[in-house]
Amino acid sequence: MSILVNQSTKVITQGFTGAQGTFHTEQAIAYGTRMVGGVTPGKGGSLHLGLPVFDTVAQAREATGADASVIYVPPAGAADAILEAIAAGIPLIVCITEGIPVQDMVRVRAALERSDSLLVGPNCPGIITPDECKIGIMPGPIHRRGHVGIVSRSGTLTYEAVAQTSAIGQGQSTCVGIGGDPVKGMDFTDVLERMIADPDTHSIVMIGEIGGTSEIEGAELIRASGTRKPVVGFIAGATAPPGRRMGHAGAVITGGHETASAKIEALREAGIHVAPSPAELGTTLARVLG
Amino acid sequence: MNIHEYQAKALLRSYGMPVPEGRAATTVAEAAAAASALDAPVTVVKAQIHAGGRGAGHFAGKPEGKGGVRLARSADDVTDAAQAMLGEVLITKQTGPAGRLVRTLYIESGCDIARELYFSMLVDRSTGQIVIVASPDGGMEIEDVAARTPERILKEYIDPAKGLCDYQSRDVAVRLGLKGREIRAFQNVVRSAYNAFTGLDAAIVEINPLVVTGAGDLLALDAKMSFDENALFRHPDLARLRDVHEEDPREREAAEYGLAYVGLDGNIGCMVNGAGLAMATMDIIKMEGEEPANFLDVGGGASKERVAAAFRILIGDPKVRGILVNIFGGIMRCDVIAEAIIAASHETRLNVPLVVRLAGTNVERGKALLAESGLTIIPADDLGDAARKIVSAVRNAGA
Repeated sequence: MSILVNQSTKVITQGFTGAQGTFHTEQAIAYGTRMVGGVTPGKGGSLHLGLPVFDTVAQAREATGADASVIYVPPAGAADAILEAIAAGIPLIVCITEGIPVQDMVRVRAALERSDSLLVGPNCPGIITPDECKIGIMPGPIHRRGHVGIVSRSGTLTYEAVAQTSAIGQGQSTCVGIGGDPVKGMDFTDVLERMIADPDTHSIVMIGEIGGTSEIEGAELIRASGTRKPVVGFIAGATAPPGRRMGHAGAVITGGHETASAKIEALREAGIHVAPSPAELGTTLARVLG
Repeated sequence: MNIHEYQAKALLRSYGMPVPEGRAATTVAEAAAAASALDAPVTVVKAQIHAGGRGAGHFAGKPEGKGGVRLARSADDVTDAAQAMLGEVLITKQTGPAGRLVRTLYIESGCDIARELYFSMLVDRSTGQIVIVASPDGGMEIEDVAARTPERILKEYIDPAKGLCDYQSRDVAVRLGLKGREIRAFQNVVRSAYNAFTGLDAAIVEINPLVVTGAGDLLALDAKMSFDENALFRHPDLARLRDVHEEDPREREAAEYGLAYVGLDGNIGCMVNGAGLAMATMDIIKMEGEEPANFLDVGGGASKERVAAAFRILIGDPKVRGILVNIFGGIMRCDVIAEAIIAASHETRLNVPLVVRLAGTNVERGKALLAESGLTIIPADDLGDAARKIVSAVRNAGA
């Protein structure tokens, strides 16, 4: 068991024949992911990496019965690629692309809410259930199969959490990088509720950042669920100068709960064990697990 | 990307926003000419810098003096104000103690003010929708209004499927206490802001204050716009509005290489891949008792040239007394990082301690390259080890 993806998940790649799509599809095949084809408009009917290429996602879904699509399309066309996957009824869409215009994602988010599709990302490392299915750009070898669920907004900080949990002799059930963009698909709450319900996930590491309030909503979900699974948390950006990224009115919307200290406080109140430093994610988990 | 008030007003005016008549000036003579062309009973002279709080600010060396927004009732007043501001450093709550050099003024017709409102438009991340934010308390710092009287902040969300509906604007107008023709005038303000916001991929449009004049007209008395960097490829015309003088030269150089860089005030330079890990690296340096000199994310698929450029920016920063490289390779390969560090160190001599922590993709090759390079590098095994080593190296070098 795991969440969202496992060894039977059939995956297609959008932006299949490009450099990124090619490299990471090769890596996914080598890892054992069940890749079943890909999409590059204009190259339908050919073979790439021994897999069929389609002109549209709808054709690919029809021919392969794909359950998931991973998107490596460049930023200008990435939102359209997500919308195409939603229209084709792909249940799980993982968008790796970094740099998609925010207002494009506003349209995507509206389309998602009227559909049954789930989106991971954009601007994320993807999702992995170790030894079963790797969808994305994370380095496969640092993972090991186990029972820690990891959810994070940051790509490389997810790897840090994986390496540190592996170093204390634990493995991971599923790791989900939800991505760092302000408007995105699945958020902490969407992933956490699945991890809480997953019998194969025995503990959880959640890694957030300054900005937005989704960590606070995630913490509230954990508290309200009454789960007995230990949760370790970390919030990056305690030292970041305020207001360098977003215009100041951004904080007004949420009433100033976007700082690291406000989030750490909310996590602690929800019973989450907050690691004192990003180097102590693993040791904090080890202490909690006893 | 931020722009000046006078640029924002010109853009918004082209979308139908009512703004006072005004002209930009870069010399005292231009300021005087602008004022005489406007021929208004009262003129406002406004310093153009990329920071708020100008009116309440002060000029360097004159802590008790007037701020960066001044009323002028005669041609002499305009000349005096222009002389006092141009070429001087304006310090406001938002500039920090260093302040900003004033290179441009905006000379604007004054107006009679019956009421001051607050209006802005931005993307709300929790709903993923464009939101109108308004308040009857204009002219104040909106953060203060939010903190003290949150019930006086109105929000109206725009459904992406329907777009802005004018009835929403009229509803907000009524909630703001506007009456009669002011309601239609407000509807026009919101419509023009929305068309500019969506047409130009803005990150924010903020009008504070939006004034109601004695005659019942609405006017955008101050205007701030910034743009989504990710969407600038769709708006090549906006590039000419960029004012490089308002940007940190380190940040400008980094941007040319596609690097995410934010200059800070500490003395440990950091080069990291991934924004979250970069912030976490800054955090841990501070926990060890020192301050980071920068946030620098080299990104995922960076080339050797781009990483070398990043490293050169760190070496070239006179404030930097030690460098911490922290890479967890995914897309980014550790051997590329190692080659880039070696190349950059050959061009510019490295005379501060360097701690390198490598993990992930091709880590063994990266470590081997650094070991063979002959460079004096302090290797670190993990994040905690790396932070301790750079802090102690900087302290030993300084002792």
